[in-house]
Amino acid sequence: MIRFENVGLRYGMGPEVLSDLTFRIDPHSFQFLTGPSGAGKTTLLRLLFLNLKPTRGLISIFNQDTARITPREMPGLRRRIGVVFQEFRLLDHLTTYENVALPYRVLGQDEASYRADVVDLLDWVGLGDRKHVYPPVLSGGEKQRAAIARALITKPEFLLADEPTGNVDPPLAKRLLRLFYEMNRLGTAVVIATHDLTLMEQVDARRLVLTDGRLEIYE
Amino acid sequence: MSKPASEKLARPVKAVEHPQRGRLPLVPPQTIAGRALVLVISIMAFLAGLTIAGVSLVSQAAQGWESEIGREVTIEVRPIDGSDMSAEVAKAVALAQEFPGVGSAHGLTDQETSRLLEPWLGAGVDLGSLPVPRLVVVTIDDPGAFSVKDLAAQVTAQVRGGSVDDHAIWVDRLAAMANSMVFAGLGVLVLMLTAMVLSIVFATRAAMAGNRDVIEVLHFCGAEDRFIAGEFQRHFLLLGMKGGAIGGGSAVAVLGLLSWWLSGAAGRPGADQIEALVGSFEIGWRAYGWIGALVVAVAALTAATSRLAVRRSLQAMA
Ligand SMILES: Nc1ncnc2c1ncn2[C@@H]1O[C@H](COP(=O)(O)OP(=O)(O)O)[C@@H](O)[C@H]1O
Ligand SMILES: [Mg+2]
Repeated sequence: MIRFENVGLRYGMGPEVLSDLTFRIDPHSFQFLTGPSGAGKTTLLRLLFLNLKPTRGLISIFNQDTARITPREMPGLRRRIGVVFQEFRLLDHLTTYENVALPYRVLGQDEASYRADVVDLLDWVGLGDRKHVYPPVLSGGEKQRAAIARALITKPEFLLADEPTGNVDPPLAKRLLRLFYEMNRLGTAVVIATHDLTLMEQVDARRLVLTDGRLEIYE
Repeated sequence: MSKPASEKLARPVKAVEHPQRGRLPLVPPQTIAGRALVLVISIMAFLAGLTIAGVSLVSQAAQGWESEIGREVTIEVRPIDGSDMSAEVAKAVALAQEFPGVGSAHGLTDQETSRLLEPWLGAGVDLGSLPVPRLVVVTIDDPGAFSVKDLAAQVTAQVRGGSVDDHAIWVDRLAAMANSMVFAGLGVLVLMLTAMVLSIVFATRAAMAGNRDVIEVLHFCGAEDRFIAGEFQRHFLLLGMKGGAIGGGSAVAVLGLLSWWLSGAAGRPGADQIEALVGSFEIGWRAYGWIGALVVAVAALTAATSRLAVRRSLQAMA
C-alpha cells in the first residue's frame, strides 16, 4: 500500500533528517514508529500524509507515485488517510462535536447521515458530555481524544497517529490503543508514532525504529 | 427551611455548554476584517449611487432640452433695402402655417422684439430706424411630417432676406456636453468599483493568511479547494450585501431628501438656478432601479472577487 525507496529528506539547506529509508506498509498492518525525540518521527509521518515532499527517493501511496499527484487528486487521497497530530490541531471556533464531524462535513454530506456515528464515537472515547464544548475549554487528554476521534470517524484505509497517548494517563492510553487495534481489525492500516515503551509492550506489533535519520525494522 | 449555604456550594458546577445553533461557519467570522470592509464597501456604494443619480439627472435634462429645442425653429427676416419688413414677415408666417407638421407660427411684434433687445439696446428703441432682423417663431406639432430643409428652401425662395435657424448647433453642443458628462460619470463609477475590488482582494488575502491553520486542517480532512473557497465566499457575499445595502440605502435616502427639499423650495435661494439647469430635480424611478442593481452588483462583485482571490491563495499554498 505504501512504499518508500531510498527516501531522503532535508528541511531547506539543513542536514538530512531522514536518509535512505526503504520500507513498505501493507494493508491491514499495524506498526509502531519509534525512536528518541528529534529522531524524525513527525517528519516521516508528514511524508506519509502528503504534507512534505521527499528531497530524494520515491514514495508511492495507494500505488501512486507521490511526485505525480496533481492538486486535484490530493483531496481524494487525503480522505483515505486519517491523521492524529501531535499538537491535535482542533479548530478552536468549532465545538468538539463539529471538530469530529469535520471530515464528513468537508465531503458535503448531510448532517443527519453522520450525526449518530459522531455521537457514538464521542461516547466511546469518553467525550459524550463534552460535545458542545469548544477545544480551549478541554483538558489535554480530552483534546487528544477529540483529535483521535476526528481521524477515525470516516474509517480511513490508513491511519497515522503522532504520539496519540502523550497526554493521557496509562489506563486511558490502554483504552485508546484498543481503539486503534479495533480499527486495525476492521481493516485499517495503522502507524502509531510513539516513544512510550510501556504502550508498545502491550501489543506485539511490528516496530519501525528511527535513529539518526535511519530506519531499522523489527518484524 | 432554606438549605445551608455549604450544600449550595457543593452542587456540581455543570460544564458550560453552548447551545448548538445551526452549523457554525468553518471560517471564524471575527478573523475577517469585516467591519472595515463593510465600511469601505458602503462608502463606495454610496458614492457610486450618487454618481448614478447624477448621470441619470444630466441625461434626463439633456433629453428635455433636446426635445424642447427640437420642437421649435425660427425664421429670421433680415432687412434688405427696399423690402417691406412687415409684409415679408407676414409672408413668412403664412408660409410656415401652411407647412406640413407645423402647429403654429407667429411673428414677434415690435414690442416683443424690443423687449428681447432691451438688455442690449435699452428701453424705448424705435425699431423702424434700426436694421434689426425680425423673428418668426414656428412650433412643430408633428416632427415626423416636418422637414426643416424644405421649409428653409421655400423661405429663401419666397421671403426676401429670410432664413431658417433650427438650432441644430445648440442641440449638438448640448448633446455633446451631456454625453461627455455621462461618460465622466461612468468613468468615476468604474474607478470606484475598481478601488472596491482591490480592497476586497486585500481583505481576502489577509483573511486567508490569518486562517492558514484552519485551511491546512480542512485540507488534511480532504476538503477540496472549491469547498474551502465556498466557505470564504459565503462570508464575503454577506459583507458585500451588507455594505452595498448600507451604501445604496444611504444614497437613496440622501437623494430622496434632496429632491423633497428642492421640490418644496419654490422661491428658496438657489432653487431657480437648479430648476433652470436641470429642469425639475426629479430622480426618476429608473435611477433608483439602477441603484438597486448597483447593490446587487456590489454584493456579487464582492463574492466573485473574494472567490478568485481565495482560489489564487489556495493554489499558492498547495
Ligand atoms: N519544519 C522544520 N524545519 C526545520 N527543521 C525541522 C522542522 N521540523 C522538524 N525539524 C527538525 O527535524 C528533526 C526531526 O524532527 P521531528 O520529525 O519533529 O522529530 P520527532 O517527531 O521524532 O521528535 C529535528 O532535528 C527537528 O529540529
Ligand atoms: Mg514529533
